Amino acid sequence: MSDPLLDVRDLVVRYGPVTAVDGLSFSLAAGETLALNGPSGCGKSSTALAVLQLRRPAGGEVHFEGRELTSLPERELRPLRPRMQPVFQDPYGSLSPRHRIRDAVAEPLKVQGRWHPADGPARVTELLDRVGLDPAYGDRRPHELSGGQCQRAGIARALASEPRLLVLDEPVSSLDPSVRAGVLNLLADLQDDLGLGYLFICHDRAVVRHFADRVIEMREGRFGVTSG
Amino acid sequence: MESEPLLSVRELRIAFDGVEAVRGLSFDVRPREALAIVGESGAGKSLTARALLGMLPRGATSSGTITPDLSAHRGRRISLVPQDALSALSPVHPVGDQLAAAVRSVSGVSRREARARAVAALDRVGIPDAARRARAYPHEYSGGMRQRAVIAMATINEPDLVVADEPTTALDEERRDQVLRLLAEQREAVGAALVLVTHDMDAVAGHADRVLVMYAGRLTELGAADEVLARPRAPYTAGLLASLPQHAPPGRRLPALRGTPPAPGTLLPGCAFAPRCPLAADPCHTAEPEPRPVAGRLVACHRWDELPHPATELFLKEGQPA
Repeated sequence: MSDPLLDVRDLVVRYGPVTAVDGLSFSLAAGETLALNGPSGCGKSSTALAVLQLRRPAGGEVHFEGRELTSLPERELRPLRPRMQPVFQDPYGSLSPRHRIRDAVAEPLKVQGRWHPADGPARVTELLDRVGLDPAYGDRRPHELSGGQCQRAGIARALASEPRLLVLDEPVSSLDPSVRAGVLNLLADLQDDLGLGYLFICHDRAVVRHFADRVIEMREGRFGVTSG
Repeated sequence: MESEPLLSVRELRIAFDGVEAVRGLSFDVRPREALAIVGESGAGKSLTARALLGMLPRGATSSGTITPDLSAHRGRRISLVPQDALSALSPVHPVGDQLAAAVRSVSGVSRREARARAVAALDRVGIPDAARRARAYPHEYSGGMRQRAVIAMATINEPDLVVADEPTTALDEERRDQVLRLLAEQREAVGAALVLVTHDMDAVAGHADRVLVMYAGRLTELGAADEVLARPRAPYTAGLLASLPQHAPPGRRLPALRGTPPAPGTLLPGCAFAPRCPLAADPCHTAEPEPRPVAGRLVACHRWDELPHPATELFLKEGQPA
């Protein structure tokens, strides 16, 4: 078996005296979906933030594409960040209300110095099309989109960075069931086409059972049983 | 055999600035039954619930009839379990005082008696050490205890009807089932009916006697919950059920409804669901279907007898984008 995309060992996340994650280990291969499942407060989102190094863990190691991240200073993390992208629960909260969808999707390209005026707009159109959004929606702002359309825009923005890993934190939990199915289908298609690894955080067991290759059941910060 | 309804809604219409969000809805609530109202965001289900309570938002105009008008006896004959248990409780008064105030607002009992009823109600919903906890403030309660306290408050005056508006939306399924079981237990003890507003088809199973499926402000299907869940007759209901992952066939693609519900005021002639419906044909684009008795329930669909069972295949092809 080839090297995993993501390998987490003995992860510990603390908030002051509270230990949110206590010694969690798992690995994730490219093209695979690993779900973290459990009730509110069990440490799912803390794990997500620690994997992304948005909150530095109190202990343990996070290996991503062969690099150990917890010991890297921010300066050395920065070039790696585009390759691991988050998608959050609240589709409206993850996009600036003042920016048009087109600009929100273009922003990562500009920040990373990959924006070329000649082909940038076409790249944005291609990304919107890839997530099933009519490019005409590019000229709208988030409040003019439905929850499902907005979440598709958030996925397009994540894809702009050409990531290998998506950390999906309850990506469909605020969507109506009918819309939810369409977004899950989109994520499945993207994974098949691009070989992305998904760390999929979700409290809904039925969704997890359908969507994930493997599941870690979490309980109050303790790691649980891995199945799948 | 049908008992006399507790409440009859006829031709209810609710509009904002002339744009109708509820468009001619009729249904009954029977004594002691649990009626679930399901549909996607914007279907008009919460507005309908608020109309029952006489709590329509400012700027709404309504027509039609609700008989009897229980909203004149809000707090006594009809009560609300809101979505957010924390916002339903005042942060600056002890929980027990708030329940006692609810009692005294509708009956002339003494402070002492109201207080005793408040403690008894907290005890009934399983708050441990209720006499002491009655003196605590909402922020000293856990989320689950607050939810229990709100259910205690909604049933303390033994109403005829409890309206629960998305009471479990923010909860995981284990907690959801606990809350809905507690709500059932409490309202059955006082003989109250329940109107449960939810977008979660799965919450209907085991928690409702009948289900009213709404789409774009109209009735789509209304019938016994177990029959509707087992064999939906309206394509919209079938699509909602098919898109639940627990009902999906193995394999990665989920059956899905294409597109999104119409925004109020953007309706085309004909059936509001037609643009998303895999069965839509000529009549669907010209005439809006009226609810008709079909297979022991009401169904508003021109093409209901064309709906295959199961309908999963019909919606598997529809996986594509909104």
